[in-house]
Amino acid sequence: MRPLAPLTIANGRLVLPQAEPQPGALRCEGDRIVALGADVKAQDGDRVIDAKGALIAPGLVDLGVFAIDKPALHFGGITRAALMPDQSMVLDKAAAVRFAAQSGKPDLWVHPLAAATKGLDGADLAELALMRDAGARAVATGRRWIGDSGTMYRLLSYCAMLGLVVVTHAEDAGLTGSAVATAGEMATRLGLPAAPAEAEALAIARDLHLAELTGARLHIRQVTTARGLELVRGAKARGIAVTAGVTPAHFMLSDVAIGDFRTFTRFSPPLRSEADRQAVRAAIGDGTIDVISSGHDPRGPEDKRLPFADAEPGMAGAETLLPLTLALVREGVIDMARAFTLLAANPAALLGVNAGRLAVGHQADLALVEPERPWVVDSDKMAASAGNTPFDKQGVEGRVTALFKGGVAVG
Amino acid sequence: MTSAEPSPSGRYPAGSAAFPHRDLTGLAGLAPWEIQFLLDEAEQWVELNRQPKKHNDRLAGLTIINAFFENSTRTLLSFEIAGKRLGADVVNMLVAQSSVKKGETLIDTAMTLNAMHADAMVIRHQSSGAVRLIAEKVDCPVLNAGDGQHEHPTQGLLDALTIRNFMRDRGAKGDFGGLTVTICGDILHSRVARSNIHCLTTLGAEVRVCAPPALMPADIEAMKVTPFHDFDAALAGADVVMMLRLQQERMSGQFIPSPREYRHLYGLTMDRLAKAKGDALVMHPGPMNRGIEIDSNVADLAGRSAITTQVEMGVAIRMACLDVLTRRSRGVEGWA
Repeated sequence: MRPLAPLTIANGRLVLPQAEPQPGALRCEGDRIVALGADVKAQDGDRVIDAKGALIAPGLVDLGVFAIDKPALHFGGITRAALMPDQSMVLDKAAAVRFAAQSGKPDLWVHPLAAATKGLDGADLAELALMRDAGARAVATGRRWIGDSGTMYRLLSYCAMLGLVVVTHAEDAGLTGSAVATAGEMATRLGLPAAPAEAEALAIARDLHLAELTGARLHIRQVTTARGLELVRGAKARGIAVTAGVTPAHFMLSDVAIGDFRTFTRFSPPLRSEADRQAVRAAIGDGTIDVISSGHDPRGPEDKRLPFADAEPGMAGAETLLPLTLALVREGVIDMARAFTLLAANPAALLGVNAGRLAVGHQADLALVEPERPWVVDSDKMAASAGNTPFDKQGVEGRVTALFKGGVAVG
Repeated sequence: MTSAEPSPSGRYPAGSAAFPHRDLTGLAGLAPWEIQFLLDEAEQWVELNRQPKKHNDRLAGLTIINAFFENSTRTLLSFEIAGKRLGADVVNMLVAQSSVKKGETLIDTAMTLNAMHADAMVIRHQSSGAVRLIAEKVDCPVLNAGDGQHEHPTQGLLDALTIRNFMRDRGAKGDFGGLTVTICGDILHSRVARSNIHCLTTLGAEVRVCAPPALMPADIEAMKVTPFHDFDAALAGADVVMMLRLQQERMSGQFIPSPREYRHLYGLTMDRLAKAKGDALVMHPGPMNRGIEIDSNVADLAGRSAITTQVEMGVAIRMACLDVLTRRSRGVEGWA
């Protein structure tokens, strides 16, 4: 294949760490960024794209999707997706990891997360070193918490040796049981099985102690309660290698949203109280939360057109990840640079990939973004393979107008 | 064709404004006059049901489907009798929990029933919210006969009717202000408790709920009730004591150590009943665990136990609900 000519994106606003977007241009050769700044000019023979004032941003790095749903991921400006091990064929063997790692080619990076235990059953460790060397970028416990503290201890110490981040789900399974909602007025009124929000803090407390003991790198994929966030904040202050993530559902919605049994609001962990929602927003603002991901999980009627407790959890979140995060910028919770740190730079660093920010030598995974461009989320017209979004018919702002992977336009 | 009776007391508007809902999926959010209206409507059927010839052809030609996804004997029978006494063609569809898969089947079943042009559906399902889900998909009025742990609206109404009639027989006006009702048992898992709470608080009664912590839902105070763990305290001065059935599987250690221990703390014995008002009414939605949540001599206490009256009122309430919800399709004046 003939190599593509170098690419120059001109007349844009560069999204750089710790600064407001700067007017400028960006130039790539091959799949790498070679120059960026106010004085970068296209050279003879370059393909030139006029950004017309749009943001030139790193492609989003989505730490934890449940499906490789390319149209939705591309719509959302996502160039790299870390695939959760909870697949119909669990990612618990090197062959499965190797296959998954290829599944995005040529226009999407897929970074498989290795199942921590065989079959994700929480009992026996999976072949983590083999999976690492087959392309797994981190290890994940999946949708479940590992209940046995001894297993978790051995998992964390093994992953510390292998240099693998462990991505955990934080809900104490004994307390949670079959709950589908957070204990409180709404669950009581609806008669839904519910568990106290403290189930999250219990799980986090144990895992933080074990991470400290073993020196493992812990990433808690979703921290959704004030008490859980307080524990993470304290652990960071003590120097424990922990990071925390969240999805937009938990900073946009509280459990009031489940009021009419709408299964598009059934999540794992479930929606929390308004006080917890506010705590999540504050934690995004103060740096306790490091990553915002989509948790993209498209689910059709066979999984969602059911009574609330019988439905599967999850939402098709890829398309709304960026606009809902940009809402935090408009509301002053974070600035634009921080938004892309949460959406791209931090998850890329966790996965150990040379991407996620605009820097010379980094992969030219780029998104052109019009941050104020309005559009309406429409469950019936989504790019995702299913339209299970709780934000149906809601107006949002922020749209990706062009996407590049390794300097090549996508779509 | 019949026309709606004018309100006997002027407590509710005329015609369909008295109950402007297509379905009865719950009592939450109903206005006091809407509940009063249904109770008043039931009175004529209480009378009819006490006659030798218990029949009225008001619903003649209508098809009512009782679709029960969860096992039931009493409620199903009550709805079937109610429909038949009003002349409707009543068919029962019993879907044993084991034979129907979850998933699309529920909606598919609802669509199948809908295609048979039922004039009303009565639905019971083991999942909270399931009846509302079906109601959104079908074209006829839907009555909730119990959905998971959410609501059992006709039970709430029949209990209110039972209380009102007992109080009237004792010379009271029949309004609920000033009445204290204590509901004791597995509040957490009880749709009967939730519907009763909505109904009785809307009508103005003071409601107390009593359960051990493991069986008490979080933030129950938000439903305008006072929670108690101590049954004696919950009983003090109560006008009505409503006991709930405790499922056997919840008495084996996970929630309650044993049936014997449950009775020790929460069984309604004669001694316990004495803590309530001297003439306090005893209620139970059935079926009872005699000797566990209620002693036999309390359950059978003449003049005090309303348990069989509850069953009687159940048929009348269900007749009233079927009548009211089908008035629109029957073209009743003021409702069409």
